[in-house]
Amino acid sequence: MMMVPREEYWRWSEASWADPDKHWKDARVVTLGIDVGSVSSEAVVCLDGELYAFNTVRTAAGSVESARNAMKGVFERTGLRFDDIHYVVGTGYGRVNLPFAHKAITEIACHGRGANYMGGPSVRTILDMGGQDCKAIRVDERGKVTNFLMNDKCAAGTGRGMEVIADLLEVPIEELGPRSFDIDEEPPPVSDVCVVFAKSEAMARLKDGWSKNKVIAAYCRAMAERVAALLQRVGVEPDFFITGGISKNIGVVRRIEEIIGVKALPTPYDTQIAGALGAALFAHALYLKAQGKPQAA
Amino acid sequence: MIAHYGYKDAEGEFFITIDTDRCGRCEDKPCVAACPRGVFTVEEDPYGDTVVAVDDRRRRRLKYECAECKPAGDRPALPCVRACPWGAMTHSW
Repeated sequence: MMMVPREEYWRWSEASWADPDKHWKDARVVTLGIDVGSVSSEAVVCLDGELYAFNTVRTAAGSVESARNAMKGVFERTGLRFDDIHYVVGTGYGRVNLPFAHKAITEIACHGRGANYMGGPSVRTILDMGGQDCKAIRVDERGKVTNFLMNDKCAAGTGRGMEVIADLLEVPIEELGPRSFDIDEEPPPVSDVCVVFAKSEAMARLKDGWSKNKVIAAYCRAMAERVAALLQRVGVEPDFFITGGISKNIGVVRRIEEIIGVKALPTPYDTQIAGALGAALFAHALYLKAQGKPQAA
Repeated sequence: MIAHYGYKDAEGEFFITIDTDRCGRCEDKPCVAACPRGVFTVEEDPYGDTVVAVDDRRRRRLKYECAECKPAGDRPALPCVRACPWGAMTHSW
């Protein structure tokens, strides 16, 4: 029997970037932040506390392998070697397993710091929609966390949930957001408490004659309602900033904004790297501190 | 910092909330020993304060971990909440 390869609609694009106007040899302090998440892993290099380069890859079987894959891309792009890095901070689920990191810091603190860099000191509320968890974070003007909540028990409202729906509907994951608005009227949400229930409910709606776009809209609405409920527990104070892979899904983002009545701050940065960026910024502060040049960590 | 440890699922919201600014003032952390299920751990937060947190392995099953301290009938004050001299801890359920 011949096996026909099945298209993987859930596959999101890996990304790599380096600032062409900077060179690491001109920097006094080169720091690396590595975020090993459940679905994606990122490596970010900062030069003197400023973003220089990043690489985003899908998480492999092990934390160390994932971190090496993420680092490899950024090193290939910039010509950096590991020995050129002054300080490394690990974050994310796999942070405790990284033997080459000088310190491990929680992803909550790193996302706070990263969002503060990307959105500026006016950011007060952060929603991080990661691969398998969702975090609502309040920060002060320096990006220090003042209040947080993380829900990692259930995959509903996370990137993994969106991947499941992309595969089920055979729609590339990048198209889900725009297609969710290509409907006549907003449908009621599918189940917002469980990916498994949502999946079976989506299948039932398709059998009822709903278009794929209508099902996508109902799923985006369910995700938005779920994370909005988490946000309300910590309270929403503008400016509001969204990080994580789902921040690229306009269908979910616009619906969250509608529910909470606050617009998310636009940013030119790739918000998927917020955790690793925060880790690299922490690394910069910790390196200076270790050198006797104190700076708020 | 207000730290919410726990989860929301189809059964409800199960969060233990710790005010780490208050918790950081406490030397002895008596809530850790007061919990019969060993739910709590002491750790250094990213800002250098030594605070109590809910153990990673127990965060997703708090409803069940805390069940013996939460009988359906008359409910005495929770041992962890009672032990905290700074009133830094609350439960959402």
